[in-house]
Amino acid sequence: MIDQLIHLLRYDFVQNALAAGVLVAVVAGLVSRFVVARNMSFAVHALAEVGFTGSAGFLLVGLSPVLGLLTGSMLTALFIGALGVRIRERDSVVGVIMAFGLGLGVLFITLYPRFAGEAFAILLTGSITTVSRGDLMLLMVMAAVTIAGLGAMYRPLTFATVDPVVAEARGVPVRIVSILFLLMLAAAVAEAVQIVGVLMILTLLITPGATAERLTARPGLATVASVGVALVATLGGILLALVTTAPVSFYVTTIAFVCYLAARFGLPLIRYVGTELRVAA
Amino acid sequence: MCFDRATLAYGDRIVWSELSLTVQPGEFLAVLGPNGSGKTSLLRALLGLAPLAGGQLDVLGHPPERGNPAIGYVPQHAGFDRDVPLRGRDLVGLGVDGHRWGFGRLSRDDRRRVEAALEAVAAQTYANVPIGRLSGGEQQRLRIAQALVGEPQLLLCDEPLASLDMRYQQEITELIGDWARETRGTVVFVTHDVNPVLGYADRVVFVVNGRWAAGSTDEVLTTETMSGLYDAPVEVLRVRGRIVVVGEASGAGFDIDEPHHFPEPVGTHP
Repeated sequence: MIDQLIHLLRYDFVQNALAAGVLVAVVAGLVSRFVVARNMSFAVHALAEVGFTGSAGFLLVGLSPVLGLLTGSMLTALFIGALGVRIRERDSVVGVIMAFGLGLGVLFITLYPRFAGEAFAILLTGSITTVSRGDLMLLMVMAAVTIAGLGAMYRPLTFATVDPVVAEARGVPVRIVSILFLLMLAAAVAEAVQIVGVLMILTLLITPGATAERLTARPGLATVASVGVALVATLGGILLALVTTAPVSFYVTTIAFVCYLAARFGLPLIRYVGTELRVAA
Repeated sequence: MCFDRATLAYGDRIVWSELSLTVQPGEFLAVLGPNGSGKTSLLRALLGLAPLAGGQLDVLGHPPERGNPAIGYVPQHAGFDRDVPLRGRDLVGLGVDGHRWGFGRLSRDDRRRVEAALEAVAAQTYANVPIGRLSGGEQQRLRIAQALVGEPQLLLCDEPLASLDMRYQQEITELIGDWARETRGTVVFVTHDVNPVLGYADRVVFVVNGRWAAGSTDEVLTTETMSGLYDAPVEVLRVRGRIVVVGEASGAGFDIDEPHHFPEPVGTHP
């Protein structure tokens, strides 16, 4: 198995997939921290599903599905940003947009002439190894831009997330930061869909952040941990899928889930046993 | 800090009008009034977050601007989620660099300032505990450290005592009052209950339904002034060093601690 893996690593498409995987995982890990802290799981879902519609629309007219995905999720992000200012309102705005977006997606699928099943199945379940070389390059550029954007707004975003009232008083443009974050999130969704697909998007955009919160109370360390979990899940998933027959997304979701379980139940158990041993000694 | 016939309105609703008030450096001003009377809006105006509909406002010699580093801000205790990955130390750190773009660790100097701020509010022992697991009083102490770490000249406090028990109310007020005395810093302290700040407030301004009155506690908190402000019969009692405001609405007495029981003044303002 190891030999087989080393042999596969020589292929261009494998190297590309891994490189894209690293970038996407870093984006997903960073974004995930804030998605969890800002309670935005539902928005992630909507961005992915309307992204799917955008992708289907672009495929229909013969354009890049990755660009379509990005366009769909970006438009959704702007819509949520413009309409869902208040927290109470946000969920209903997200739901309204998601429902309409999906309806449009259904229309595009029925209009698509051939091979529709396969093209759309890939979007829903993801597969980094079948993405074209051009799309892969696009993906890497997108990921690099997203990482730069998140880096540039990391501190004010953290401030506005954990402590919005004081952040605003201290001059952080909370509203702008929140819309910028939605756009970053839209890009992250478009990137992560390539690996895990629309249906399993939450595994990269929720699980790493949720796991990290269980691991440490230090905000900086939590961000690093979140990126770590996303990297382990993504790269592990890609490598395992190469040497077996199961799809990438299955492995990514499984690894991420195991990480979460370990952080949620394993760590407290270890701590408990450690204390008991010390008491006994 | 100087309000000159300042009016604040949200759309058609006038929050307060023609407010004229000068606060000297080093002064402790308590802003009183029932909920929804525009006390918080007054702070938002000072922070440059709510533009005036009329009149002038000067903060530390300039028109109000967003993110003025010379202003510290202590919000109402809202309570953090139990699991939020944030320690007291991090909260104070955000007071130093949270508004700066980019990422990065605090410099050695900044870390020293955080440490000093934690020490000033005696919070070192729990500075590394997840903030959601601290008591309300401990969280408010950290809030004060967060506000003071930037060495402000003006401290704005928005109901910092709300939902704290008596002991914590006293501690928090003491911390803020002592800071003002030691540094000759100016404090604007919004509260619906004047009693905790009686020993510190140099002046009070009472705001209700667009009207206001300012002066010493003895001038403002009188049966006459308060009845005029509410446009309803209100009696101010001094009981064992505490001030209680009692109205006759629905025959039941009520207390300044419970602002939601204040009567709705009848049709006096747009």
